[in-house]
Amino acid sequence: MNHLPLIIKREYLTKVKNKSFIVMTFLSPLIMIALAAVVAYLSQLNNDKERTISILDETGYLKEVFQNSENTTYTDLTGLSLENAIALVKEKKDYGLLHIASVDVLGDATNKIKFYSEESPSLSVISGLEQKIEKRLKEEKLQKDGVTLAQIEASKTNIEIAQESYDGQKSSKADNVVKLIFGGAAGYLLFMFIIIYGNMIMRSVIEEKTSRIIEVIISSVKPIQLMMGKIIGTSLAGVTQFVIWSILGGVFMFVLGFIFNIDLLAMQTQQQEVAMQTLQDSGMEQRIGEFFIAFQNLPMTNLIIAFLFFFIGGYLLYSSLYAAIGAAVDNETDTQQFMLPILMPLMLAVYVGFFTVIEDPHGTVSTVFSFIPFTSPVVMLMRIPFGVPLWQQGLSLLLLIGTFVFAVWFAAKIYRVGILMYGKKPTYKELFKWLKY
Amino acid sequence: MNDLLVANSVSKNFGKFQALNQVSIAVPKGSIFGLLGPNGAGKTTLIRIINQITMPDQGAVFLDGQPLKPEHVRDIGYLPEERGLYKSMKVGEQCLYLAQLKGLSKTEAKERLKYWFDKLEIGDWWNKKIQELSKGQAQKIQFVVTVLHRPKLLIFDEPFSGFDPINANLIKDEILQLRDEGATVIFSTHRMESVEELCDHIALIHKSNKVLDGKLNDIKRQFKTNTFEVGLESPNKERVFAEIQDKFEVLPATFRNLHDDIKLNIKLGENASPNDLLSFLTSKAEVHHFVEVIPSASDIFIQTVKNN
Repeated sequence: MNHLPLIIKREYLTKVKNKSFIVMTFLSPLIMIALAAVVAYLSQLNNDKERTISILDETGYLKEVFQNSENTTYTDLTGLSLENAIALVKEKKDYGLLHIASVDVLGDATNKIKFYSEESPSLSVISGLEQKIEKRLKEEKLQKDGVTLAQIEASKTNIEIAQESYDGQKSSKADNVVKLIFGGAAGYLLFMFIIIYGNMIMRSVIEEKTSRIIEVIISSVKPIQLMMGKIIGTSLAGVTQFVIWSILGGVFMFVLGFIFNIDLLAMQTQQQEVAMQTLQDSGMEQRIGEFFIAFQNLPMTNLIIAFLFFFIGGYLLYSSLYAAIGAAVDNETDTQQFMLPILMPLMLAVYVGFFTVIEDPHGTVSTVFSFIPFTSPVVMLMRIPFGVPLWQQGLSLLLLIGTFVFAVWFAAKIYRVGILMYGKKPTYKELFKWLKY
Repeated sequence: MNDLLVANSVSKNFGKFQALNQVSIAVPKGSIFGLLGPNGAGKTTLIRIINQITMPDQGAVFLDGQPLKPEHVRDIGYLPEERGLYKSMKVGEQCLYLAQLKGLSKTEAKERLKYWFDKLEIGDWWNKKIQELSKGQAQKIQFVVTVLHRPKLLIFDEPFSGFDPINANLIKDEILQLRDEGATVIFSTHRMESVEELCDHIALIHKSNKVLDGKLNDIKRQFKTNTFEVGLESPNKERVFAEIQDKFEVLPATFRNLHDDIKLNIKLGENASPNDLLSFLTSKAEVHHFVEVIPSASDIFIQTVKNN
């Protein structure tokens, strides 16, 4: 008798009809958007803060580089003594005082330029000031050597290395950015999915234990059927939630765009711009074009198929372990000690993914971790956009499936024994013994 | 082939702990079979093996002559001692789900549920959640779910716990009716008075071994001590008492009676007949009370467990 469809249906419907699930599904996009808006507003607020910086320039020619900008006003205090200037700035509650001592600036400028302030100044303010002075001094020095301003201006060059693989595939830095975004999103999505819905599976197993219905159920169905039904049913509920979220997200973006008349494409490009400082000087249109090409350059078929396989494999591997934990304990507070061994490889995968894959997608560390079954789904998903040989993907998938089968066997053993055990929290030693029952 | 369920020297170990050691039982068709034993004796393990929740290490179980196989879950209805229902699921949905897991079709399950809900007068609970019901009410639902698929074999583990006397009686009558309609019942409990009332066969498991089994009456016959409870009236109590004491083994007895008389338990030798005792007594005094002492299930239980 195959009860799996029946169990899946019940698990799915109970999850989907649950009030808190419905509330979360429709509320969290709103919360996310509200949160993003608040963060954006706050950072805007921070940038908008107006500052007054006083300049005491004893060289006489540097102060002209400090032009008032939107947020920063410069006051020229030339003529005052340093002590008076500091006292004045203190009294006016200015942001700070930049003091440039009168020396031969073409010589050694160490310790000749100082910034006085109440609190330690922000890093961006200081580096901004430094850049301005450096530029001016460089021009001054060059002019001393007989180079005209026009010549300096003309000497500026902007280089971008075009990339092409041996078989003639053209690529650019935009490609890498797009790949990173794709791989990162896929890996992170899997990570979130495992944590959210793995926990849900665990809670539903615990619920069956605490409500004492478990023995009634397993006198009708095999525990492994119940476990798989739970995993699949909960995952389908998860997929439903994700689909609703993406639809809601899309609708929100559209509506917002319509209301504020924001060019979505331009907005996206702006975001990507941050990741791509080298392209700052090239034209906007060219950039959009590059991203478009980069997008087309992605190995889409491979990406989608690999995504499906690694996502499902990785998710099932972890969720069967979550189910086993749920079966081993009586209540949620007891799950802590067993959660750690699950979360560790998962966190490791995400860190390895974000730090080493970005650095070198085909380096030793990334390659090794994309084979280890507990980290491979996340790391491999991040690597694939950069092009991974099919044999590597296949081998990694094979290892993952092997481990998955083993994990399900292991989880089913623990599950079978654990669901009928009440009372004290088991130790790892006892769990090991259960395998032999 | 008159036994519905046969377990042949079933053993089960959990690690180093032996839960069952070569236990064999045979449950006759249409009987109510009491599975007794102190806490931790191995009853639940045996019941779980019959339900295919746990696999035996050795031995085999046969249902209707066939070795147990997965399809047999349809033929068994099991009410575990540790029982419960999904708290936040509606009564009707839940019953349908559990019935379908036992192999009933949805329409069939609905029909039968209606019958049972009407019979137990709980029809208006259909759309309630379990958490809105009292414990006794939930137990009723649980009972319905257990018997709904009309299994050949019903296994009840402490079926009356959580019921008030009225509902306990109601459930008891339902069990008896199911038996009369042809079901076989395995009944596990610590309440000896219900064993007395319901069971015609019993098996006693103690420390993983079966120490006793058979028809309840046969067992009682085995355990009887040929003792008779008598109440006598005579003007010379002391003399009569002394004469009886001379001839028989005598213990004081207590029972309710209209007269303030001699109350004794008199134990006869192996071959002595109660008629001899009676004629002896009538010659000495007026006999108001003469009953054979039948060992109760509780006596048998305690005695067997202590001796082992």
